[in-house]
Amino acid sequence: MHNDTLAELARKLRAKEVSSVEVTRHFLDRIATANPALNAFITVDAQKSLAQASAADARIAAGEAKPLTGIPVAHKDLFCAKGWRTTCGSKILENFVAPYDAHVIEQFDAAGAVILGKTNMDEFAMGSSNENSFFGPVRNPWDTKAVPGGSSGGSAAAVAARLAPAATGTDTGGSIRQPASFTGVSGLRPTYGRVSRYGMVAFASSLDQAGALGKTAHDLAMVLDVMAGFDARDSTCMDRPKDDYVGGLARGVKGLRIGVPREYFSKDLARDVGDPILAAIGEYKKQGAVVVEVGLPNQHLAVPVYYVLAPAEASSNLARYDGTRYGFRASGYTDLLDMYKKTRAQGFGPEVKRRILIGTYVLSHGYYDAYYLKAQRIRRLIARDFAEAFGQCDVIMGPAAPCVAYDIGAKVTDCVQMYLDDLYTIPINLAGLPGMSIPCGFGDKGRPVGLQIVGNYFDEARMLSAAHAFQQATDWHARAPGDFA
Amino acid sequence: MLSLEQIHRLAHLARLELSESEALAMREQLNDIFAMVDSMSAVDTTGVAPMSHPQEVTQRLREDVVTETDERALFQSVAPAVEDGLYLVPKVIE
Repeated sequence: MHNDTLAELARKLRAKEVSSVEVTRHFLDRIATANPALNAFITVDAQKSLAQASAADARIAAGEAKPLTGIPVAHKDLFCAKGWRTTCGSKILENFVAPYDAHVIEQFDAAGAVILGKTNMDEFAMGSSNENSFFGPVRNPWDTKAVPGGSSGGSAAAVAARLAPAATGTDTGGSIRQPASFTGVSGLRPTYGRVSRYGMVAFASSLDQAGALGKTAHDLAMVLDVMAGFDARDSTCMDRPKDDYVGGLARGVKGLRIGVPREYFSKDLARDVGDPILAAIGEYKKQGAVVVEVGLPNQHLAVPVYYVLAPAEASSNLARYDGTRYGFRASGYTDLLDMYKKTRAQGFGPEVKRRILIGTYVLSHGYYDAYYLKAQRIRRLIARDFAEAFGQCDVIMGPAAPCVAYDIGAKVTDCVQMYLDDLYTIPINLAGLPGMSIPCGFGDKGRPVGLQIVGNYFDEARMLSAAHAFQQATDWHARAPGDFA
Repeated sequence: MLSLEQIHRLAHLARLELSESEALAMREQLNDIFAMVDSMSAVDTTGVAPMSHPQEVTQRLREDVVTETDERALFQSVAPAVEDGLYLVPKVIE
């Protein structure tokens, strides 16, 4: 049952071959067995999940089922879910029980989906290896010595190890696509503004976007159909109709113009990743797609720009954690200022502190123009590169990450190198475009490789159909790590 | 290059207590990061408007009506210290 796609699970539920309580219990049992080794979940509450599952069964019995009714979905632990602990992977929110639902959670609830638990993540989504969680690192199901990527590492590991049929994530600089690549699952980051950020704990508001991880593009199309939708409570959520993501999957790739940026295949790309990527593009050509060389000349500036803008927004967003209205408060302070300083010093981990200080610096008097405004100007140049490239192609393809998953601890001492590894994913966030990563092979040590597919604004349907075409012809997406198959 | 004094100043502005050893490590890491970020300075951005947001949209307006209900008790249930509907903090006014 755990290898079933969402469509298969939905069919079995509808045909009453299995109940939602049985499906939910099956996944809860798998979590109980595997989580000690993987640390993919921060919070599991079987009672709550099973209560939702019985309600879903009643709904199915009444003939009121929607496509995801009764299907358990895991949520990255930065989506507020009423009555559920929502930690953001941080000590400062260790005991925070959300008093309301995020829009994304409301949407899943309306669809009849079951909350399977809350997944581990880098603290406040800051990280690329899931080693920055207060709750300890997540391990990669393909090799428990390796990182699963981050920051949605718990969601990626949960889907890869078949502990959850699908999971939500967020992607500010690659936090869905890079862990999807590292764990051999499919990941989707929609266009900025496609999914509401209401109730999603903020990191960098002009870059954050909710998305999902699943086994197939078809599963992600079903999930996006639930998540997407206008919500006035997020002032940047776009009021425009969603496409028929599932209905559009089968359109094929004949004549599809695939842009391949010449900058992507440089010395930064490891050979064991480059080869499967080129083979995947070859498969598209075989199916009738046309490959066009495009240029993204400012791509190399994306990481520097991101490490000004994202920390600037983070330093502002994280000012709210002061030990007054919610979350952790330190003890033993002398006055109000001391309470703030001790609470934040004890509540945040080193990566979060680092980014708060960077952000404070680039926004401070005398440095604002040289750093913050300069970065915003270059951000426009990067977005223009994409606009020009999309004049010549329908989707852009390349790697999601320059390497396969590395060992836990291998990069913790060199934060700049870890930042630079996000060179393929960050430009898409700066431009606000949608992107995916789908499994396309294996590199060194048998660790998965992900093909990144980037679409034009609000063109998720085309991106998903391109991913679906590849998955109809190959079986990389169906491979599961041996210990969890 | 950031000095140790600047690191302490930033930490104060950000309301973060930093030990001397943390500040030393932070200075080294931030200087590494800014060495990477400084590649921006070579780019000619004359006449390029800053991009603060991915979509060129204006803020939506709504009717000036009450949409929120009073949920003070619920929201205060997750606060570290409250009394009589108020958040408690150390004394700030003598």
